[in-house]
Amino acid sequence: MISLKDIKKSYVLPKVTVEVLKGIDLEVAEKELVAIMGPSGSGKSTLLHIIGCLDRPTSGTYILHDLDVSLKTDNELAEIRNREIGFVFQSFNLLPRFPAWKNIELPLLYSGVLAKERKQRAMEMLRKVGLSHRAEHYPNELSGGEQQRAAIARALINEPAIILADEPTGNLDSRSGREIIDIFRGLNKEGVTIVLVTHEKEIAEQAARIITIRDGVCQDGCY
Amino acid sequence: MDVIEIIKVSKDSLMSNKVRSFLTMLGVIIGVAAVILLVSIGEGARTYIHRELGNLGTNILIVVPGKTSAKGGFHPPEASTVRKLIYDDALLIKRRAKHVDDAVPLMFGSAKVKYLNQSRDNSIAGSTETYFSIRNLKVDSGRFITGSEVDAKRKVCILGRTVKRDLFGDKNALGALVSIGDSKYRVVGVMEKKGVTLGIDFDDIVFIPTTAAQELFDTDRLFNITIKVKSASELHEATEEVKQILIKRHAGKEDFTVMSQDEMLGVMNKILNIMTAVLAGIAAISLVVGGIGIMNIMLVSVRERTREIGIRKALGAKNSDILLQFLVESMTLSLIGGTGGILFAGTVSFIIPYFIEFLPTQLELWSIVLAFLFSAAVGIFFGVYPARKASLYDPITALRYE
Ligand SMILES: Nc1ncnc2c1ncn2[C@@H]1O[C@H](COP(=O)(O)OP(=O)(O)O)[C@@H](O)[C@H]1O
Ligand SMILES: [Mg+2]
Repeated sequence: MISLKDIKKSYVLPKVTVEVLKGIDLEVAEKELVAIMGPSGSGKSTLLHIIGCLDRPTSGTYILHDLDVSLKTDNELAEIRNREIGFVFQSFNLLPRFPAWKNIELPLLYSGVLAKERKQRAMEMLRKVGLSHRAEHYPNELSGGEQQRAAIARALINEPAIILADEPTGNLDSRSGREIIDIFRGLNKEGVTIVLVTHEKEIAEQAARIITIRDGVCQDGCY
Repeated sequence: MDVIEIIKVSKDSLMSNKVRSFLTMLGVIIGVAAVILLVSIGEGARTYIHRELGNLGTNILIVVPGKTSAKGGFHPPEASTVRKLIYDDALLIKRRAKHVDDAVPLMFGSAKVKYLNQSRDNSIAGSTETYFSIRNLKVDSGRFITGSEVDAKRKVCILGRTVKRDLFGDKNALGALVSIGDSKYRVVGVMEKKGVTLGIDFDDIVFIPTTAAQELFDTDRLFNITIKVKSASELHEATEEVKQILIKRHAGKEDFTVMSQDEMLGVMNKILNIMTAVLAGIAAISLVVGGIGIMNIMLVSVRERTREIGIRKALGAKNSDILLQFLVESMTLSLIGGTGGILFAGTVSFIIPYFIEFLPTQLELWSIVLAFLFSAAVGIFFGVYPARKASLYDPITALRYE
């Protein structure tokens, strides 16, 4: 369902042009759980952003659900992010001025769901990640693990086929980290495709496949 | 996208920075209030002048010596070349002009008015018997001058309220003899309270017959001839008639001016319109300055919320969603400011007349609507740039922003 061919990404800086991805070929099948590993600065996040339609590659083709993403307009990409993909960040990226349930309903706001249903579904998602009792809490009143679970609930609320997680356990203690990974595994069993960036070996080993990126090229696991 | 939600979000973000939001709105509040207030004062002044002139009688023409133009302002008559207006001019107008009801030869000057040991320097008006009815003046007790008193140069007088109070206190003034200049005058009437009308304090005047005033001031030069025209529709004909009659008497020269109250009103209206427009224009500039304040704060807000914009975009917000979000926010600022300005202006214009008696205010619906629409336009105009800037943020760059 995800198919990258010769994906390159470079950033043009005032003095130099930095080539971050130097031609990545990658296939991820439906319902797969894939881990991406690699040293810091090797281009993992950049790759995940491209898969998540948050960024466009400089060259190469990206086919998502048999459709060429490079042909899509910005608005169409926004729609794909909204409906097809759930993104989980290392730093949670919750809006500090909103309580947990308001954060979680955000994607529904952009798919035109009415207020009543939004709240109802947000509450459902909170239950699913075990945060029902924290619905009215603001992000700064939640522990790191709780914040990340809220962020996962937000990623899940539009029932996307793909979850992309960029070092989701990077800011968490090992116990909370394990809880998060358990949630991902549960989701994967339900049939959600998951791409997980991590540099913790034991977490990566939970995945069916480990992809290793080094210096912007795929070293292992890319087929 | 859910408009109610957008409004809620902008309310939240404005409330999370109450002082800043208020200060930003203050610019708009002041601008809108200034526009509405200045228009309301201008309109109030206009109504005031209309009412006051109406109070002083309608269908009135005034003939003054010297050629002046009601449109070009008033010039002092040049004594050497201008023939004075005299008593007989008024008599002739009254007798000859078909469209004229009455013509009062009016004299004006000042003299010492004395009763027992009380005395004051006072304005003295010499008039004939019909002046009070023409000018809507009334006596409180006694009566006004009669025709026969005018013809017989009788030394009688009518006192204004203030004059009466100063000279007589609570005592009865009717029938008493007061000295005006060197002569004794019998008080035959006391005026009803009239107050200050168009800058003239009618309570501070003593009325005597014109014939007596000629003697008192030792001149036959009239202050003006006040003419009552039969009806409003005859004002123009009456003016022409009066001119013809006087030109003939003045050896073919038009060395006098016939003014109608309408003409004076027209001139004042013109001045007021220009003043109102200029002042409202200046106030509108302050509204624009308020708009610049909004733009400034919105730019700060967009920058502060860069990360939020990135998050929203990552979750599927389109550029238009972000644009709308910030536009609604700047419009909320300007519309709340506008509403505040309207309320403020309403309150102030309600209060002003209590403190400044001669400054009636009149809230004009059109100025309220205009100021409100203008503030909405300001909100959109000055909100578009920051909102557009926000909407064009690249999601990844915005997410990386610290
Ligand atoms: N917007 C950008 N402008 C310039 N350089 C960037 C930008 N984004 C990422 N990079 C660079 O690309 C490289 C890879 O970044 P990233 O994908 O975040 O690595 P990783 O997630 O594997 O640590 C880094 O050297 C980083 O500095
Ligand atoms: Mg990274």
